[in-house]
Amino acid sequence: MAHLRTTWRHVRRSPYQALAAILITTLTFFVISIFTILILGSSEIINYFESKPQVTAFFKDEAKQENIEALKKQLESSEKVATIKFVSKQDALKIYREQNKNDPLLLELVTAEILPASLEISATKIDYLADLSESLKNSPIVSEVIFQRDVVSTLTDWTTAIRRIGVALVFVLALVSIFITMTIIGIKISQKKEEIEIMRLIGATYWYIRWPFIFEGIFYGVISAFFGWAFSSAALWYATPFLSSFLKGIPILPVSPIFLLEMLGVNLLIAVFLGMFASFLAVFRYLK
Amino acid sequence: MIKLDKVSKAYGTGSLSLSEISIVIDKGEFIFLVGPTGSGKTTLFKLLIREILPTTGEIYVGDWDIVKLPHKKIPHLRKKVGVIFQDLKLLQDRTIFENVILPLEVIGVKSLDAKKRVEEILVQVGIEKHSNKFPIQLSGGELQRAAIARALILSPDVLLADEPTGDLDPATGKEIIKLLLDINEKGTTIIMATHNADAVNSLSKRVLALDKGRLTRDQKKGKYGSS
Repeated sequence: MAHLRTTWRHVRRSPYQALAAILITTLTFFVISIFTILILGSSEIINYFESKPQVTAFFKDEAKQENIEALKKQLESSEKVATIKFVSKQDALKIYREQNKNDPLLLELVTAEILPASLEISATKIDYLADLSESLKNSPIVSEVIFQRDVVSTLTDWTTAIRRIGVALVFVLALVSIFITMTIIGIKISQKKEEIEIMRLIGATYWYIRWPFIFEGIFYGVISAFFGWAFSSAALWYATPFLSSFLKGIPILPVSPIFLLEMLGVNLLIAVFLGMFASFLAVFRYLK
Repeated sequence: MIKLDKVSKAYGTGSLSLSEISIVIDKGEFIFLVGPTGSGKTTLFKLLIREILPTTGEIYVGDWDIVKLPHKKIPHLRKKVGVIFQDLKLLQDRTIFENVILPLEVIGVKSLDAKKRVEEILVQVGIEKHSNKFPIQLSGGELQRAAIARALILSPDVLLADEPTGDLDPATGKEIIKLLLDINEKGTTIIMATHNADAVNSLSKRVLALDKGRLTRDQKKGKYGSS
């Protein structure tokens, strides 16, 4: 308790230094949280696309049901096909209505007639997708084939890029936070040289003198982790309506509060580690 | 209780601050340490709390061999040897209460017990009404009493007082010496470095005189001057 009281006195008596350490570390945790959300979110989106039928063949309006059935049977017998599902014009309308249930104008404009029937096919191996797509394109009753491997690979490229940028940015910001926290605690140690000397002379052990400085680093980290997390969660909450309409049909929004709490927990753990590391550096550098 | 055997201390320049000092001090003694400025009085105190090490010689305080004392034992030594520093060394940004409680916090005494002990000691040194004031709000005599309170709070076996009456008017100086005598009555060994000739002459206590780092006199009932 005595250490925590001393820590609090250090923080209170030089609030601008404390503010500088907290602001830069908050930025670090804000970026950590935002990139965590982006990376996990984009992985979820990729999973969604990967779990969806990988080839969709839309039929021409004049395609007859028996021809469609024949094509379906032919595909079912192929070992390249894992699952196959027929989506009729009515089914397509149902899906469309579900996706646009909040937009009456869009609902009015569309009828089952203008929506194409389709086959949603997933392959047993991703390598078979090209073959399946080609053979579907050659069918006279198919008007268009959507090949989702392109979507997945584009998303994967993006996610990899986001991950690399995120890791680099977090690394640089974490280093800056560590050095700034270390410098600020170093300045405080220098300012309190006389006090530290007196403490030693009246019998304080090295660790008695060190602990308040180490707690100070942890304090900056924990406060910053909380603010960084709060700002990023607020940003996510603010952007959720826009993102929901953008990611229509992909069930990742709204983000669950449990995930956000888990992220806070991880941030706090990182904060304790970063703060401790920075203050240990300061203590061993300036408090010999 | 305290034994110095042929202790010398040379600083970086090579000049000897103390030279071949041998002293034995018994438990419960009251000793005046006299000598001009720069004669080695403060150096002797610094050696006794292991703030510095002697260049040669041996020092014992109680059972501790000060020269061989491991680093981690130094805090234990400093709890047994209280010091009233010449410049007092009170923390300016803490109240008198906070300054005096500090040694108790350092050894981890529980908050309630510590508060009670500080209140007792502040009454003993007569500054209980200044408990919540900062050092800058107190007079020289009151600050001296605060420094004595802090040095006494752990009930040390030995109290080193480095010119505790130096900056005080004669009347306040007398009060401080009376306070130190009271503390000595209760069994604490006191070594007081001083230039206060009146006090030394009137009390007829043991006097150790230093000059240019040498022990020039050790008298049972000594006087300030050489006669």
